[in-house]
Amino acid sequence: MNNTKNLLRGILVSALFRAGIANADYTLNMPVGVTKISREVHDLHMMVIWICFGIGLVVFGVMFYSFYHHRKSRGAVAATFHENGAVEILWTLIPFIILISMAVPATRTMMDLDDTRYAELTIKVTGYQWKWRYDYIDEGFGFMSQLDANSNAARQLGSDVDPRSVENYLLNVDHPLVIPVNKKVRFLFTAADVLHSWWVPELGWKKDTVPGFINESWTLVDRPGTYRGQCAELCGRDHGFMPIVVIAKSQEDYSKWLAAQKAAIRANEASADKTWTKDELIAKGEEVYKANCASCHQAGGEGIPGTFPAIKGSAVATGALQQHIDLVLNGKGAMMPSFAAMLSATDLAAVITYQRNAFGNDAGDFVQPSQIAPLVKAPADDEDEVE
Amino acid sequence: MTSAATTHDDHHDHGPETGWMRWVTTTNHKDIGTMYLVFALAMLFVGGCMILAVRAELFEPGLQFVDPGFFNSMTTMHALVMVFGAVMPAYAGLANWMIPMMIGAPDMALPRMNNMSFWVLVFAVLLLASTLFMEGGAPAAGWTLYPPLVLQSGDNLPFAVFSVHLLGISSILASINIIVTVLNMRAPGMTLMKMPLFCWTWLITAFLLIAVLPVFAAAVTMLLTDAHFGTSFFDAAGGGDPVLYQHLFWFFGHPEVYIIILPAFGVISTIVPTFSRKRLFGYSSMVYATGSIAFLSLIVWAHHQFTVGMPLAGELYFMYATMLIAVPTGVKVFNWTATMWRGSLSFETPMLFSVGFIILFTLGGFTGLMLATAPADFQYHDSYFVVAHFHYTLVVGGTFPVFAAVYYWLPKWTGHLYDEKLGQLHFWLTAIAFNITFMPQHFLGLAGMPRRIPDYAIQFADFNMISSIGAFILGFSQLIFAYVVYQAIKGGEKASAEVWENASKMGLEWTVPSPAPYHTFTRAPEIE
Ligand SMILES: [Cu+2]
Repeated sequence: MNNTKNLLRGILVSALFRAGIANADYTLNMPVGVTKISREVHDLHMMVIWICFGIGLVVFGVMFYSFYHHRKSRGAVAATFHENGAVEILWTLIPFIILISMAVPATRTMMDLDDTRYAELTIKVTGYQWKWRYDYIDEGFGFMSQLDANSNAARQLGSDVDPRSVENYLLNVDHPLVIPVNKKVRFLFTAADVLHSWWVPELGWKKDTVPGFINESWTLVDRPGTYRGQCAELCGRDHGFMPIVVIAKSQEDYSKWLAAQKAAIRANEASADKTWTKDELIAKGEEVYKANCASCHQAGGEGIPGTFPAIKGSAVATGALQQHIDLVLNGKGAMMPSFAAMLSATDLAAVITYQRNAFGNDAGDFVQPSQIAPLVKAPADDEDEVE
Repeated sequence: MTSAATTHDDHHDHGPETGWMRWVTTTNHKDIGTMYLVFALAMLFVGGCMILAVRAELFEPGLQFVDPGFFNSMTTMHALVMVFGAVMPAYAGLANWMIPMMIGAPDMALPRMNNMSFWVLVFAVLLLASTLFMEGGAPAAGWTLYPPLVLQSGDNLPFAVFSVHLLGISSILASINIIVTVLNMRAPGMTLMKMPLFCWTWLITAFLLIAVLPVFAAAVTMLLTDAHFGTSFFDAAGGGDPVLYQHLFWFFGHPEVYIIILPAFGVISTIVPTFSRKRLFGYSSMVYATGSIAFLSLIVWAHHQFTVGMPLAGELYFMYATMLIAVPTGVKVFNWTATMWRGSLSFETPMLFSVGFIILFTLGGFTGLMLATAPADFQYHDSYFVVAHFHYTLVVGGTFPVFAAVYYWLPKWTGHLYDEKLGQLHFWLTAIAFNITFMPQHFLGLAGMPRRIPDYAIQFADFNMISSIGAFILGFSQLIFAYVVYQAIKGGEKASAEVWENASKMGLEWTVPSPAPYHTFTRAPEIE
């Protein structure tokens, strides 16, 4: 058995060594992270590992001694003892004491983790299939955040793009979450469709997002930087493709970013008032379609039989315009979400126009953002505060 | 018990029926045990092929072979098939074969029900498998079938739900049978505290099954009505709560892992003494530890849901209760170690698998202790670390003891010795490949790789490749096992009644000839 252990260790070490050469980025252990909580969690993690290592050393030590010295082939004769009250009580009590020594610091960290009071900033995180929405509650604006276009192109089945050529493959988004450093940020979590779980290892925790319920957590990042994570709760087909990027900025940079966001929102609102040509709408609609619809209805609008209906040649996309608008805005059943809150009026008008005029659909008509705007209520109530 | 003995006396010299109808209509515990075991082996290969599709896709970053939706179906079906099709039937097979022989009974107490519980199982698994061929595919929401995601399933949901109902009926029938057999049919003089530990662990497991399976059946029925009959048990919009399902599921799901592991403990407690040539250390503390584990398993379920948004008091309670399980589990490991201590050890294949179990399961116990630490679980949860952990406990607990048991009792069942060299090769390949597969998954999880994803970031590439290579070796190594079993059934060196040195002191099954006659103990043996 000693040989086995050595053999296993040999294979493991050589495997690790190979991994080390091939990719300097690999890690073996939990990240220490950039918050007080993440460091406490890491300490707990290491403490339990060392306790287990100690117990393992004793138990496996005794076992391997026995494997070697008490072998029949070495002429060992079996003893006849088969119980010992004192020993049995001892090895029930000792683990109990060890457990208490683990439970005490764990309780302390658990209480810290749970304490969301005195936050200086609140961000609402909503999980969607398969993207995130971040709402800056105090600032009155929000945006969607999803897998970046490069990763998205590379990850398609049968794509010719080598994932290794994509920077931060599957861990990059179009609009990262931005937070200030050294400020206690409270997160409120919910979901629009199914369960998701918001996990950034460098922050030290994950939290599930449950449709219809609000969960809370908090962070206080003490180092500016970019921290990446992923959805951790199985949420359907593209569960593996909804990353999270958090950028922690100094207060000054954060304020600049905030101002730029608000300016952009005003510009977008203005674009909803202008009159668009059909071609402009189709061009913009194609982008919106790829980012928001293609993962289910597929790039060519053919859908997936039995799961996602086709848009190509569908009764809705070739029939009455109002019916099409209603479906996109309000959603349908468990799978088709309501896009009213997810996309701007401009994007909605563009994508509906695109669907009616692409994939061989020949409805021929189109809809102006200004027609959609009155139908989209949320998050308009938040936008009032921006002014 | 006298009545059972008389009814069997009427035809105790009958052999099995001839032809295939023997297997359809049999009420013989040995035939039914064999069918359970063969079915389990077949499902091991089915579930194995499913996961090899997964590991092939994960061999390299990028999507090469399968659609993400199909990938999710494969991880889901792999788990369901392995848990309900392979591991649980394997232990039911061992129970059928061995419990009557271990307690000196002529057969199981309820032989017709025994036949029924096997065939219901087969139909249940076929029903589940039929979803693979449906438009929209097999269930893909994970084996936990969490709503609301599972409610997005297409036609497969009612099939999966009905399959769970049938699986539950099958297991409950088998459990009732085991409880009645163990409590009523022991040979005169075999008191409960003299009963082999395998019977004890199965007795307690059977009670666990009866306690938790109805809850699971109720939970999936609520899924069905939510999906098709307009209820909102798990829909917040109708006043329900998706997390309620998780509580119901894990009230079943956590004991379920002990349902798998307790009979494993029984097997190990049977085999280790034989190859240590020494009595089991601490028999009564083993019985109490088994009972404590079973009890604790009923009150720790929400440690699977630390991140779901529980009140602080809930987090702390479930952490403390979960940590407590380490105490009786530790007692078991210490007792096995003390059994081997100053024994006269030899390492035939059953002993190798048993020792492999003890070591690897202990490692799985260590990671379990880490996961029990609630704040740290906010990092571990739903990552590959968890995948590694439960394969160290469930693969090691669900297959190593079964392999150990099959090698141990195969000569008794077939009357032929198996090929020891091939058996040992099977062990070493399995143990090494197992570690190549699952050890790197710890590192992947700690580095931040979530579970159930079909594609991953580049920094996870190397360990995934190693893991996939291990998985293929692990899968193909099991063909050796199938071959060794086949060989022993076909022929080979004749086995003595005792088979293993001094085994006749270790259990009643070694006092009957090898192969065991179709009817054993038609007259109850005397226990001193
Ligand atoms: Cu998700």
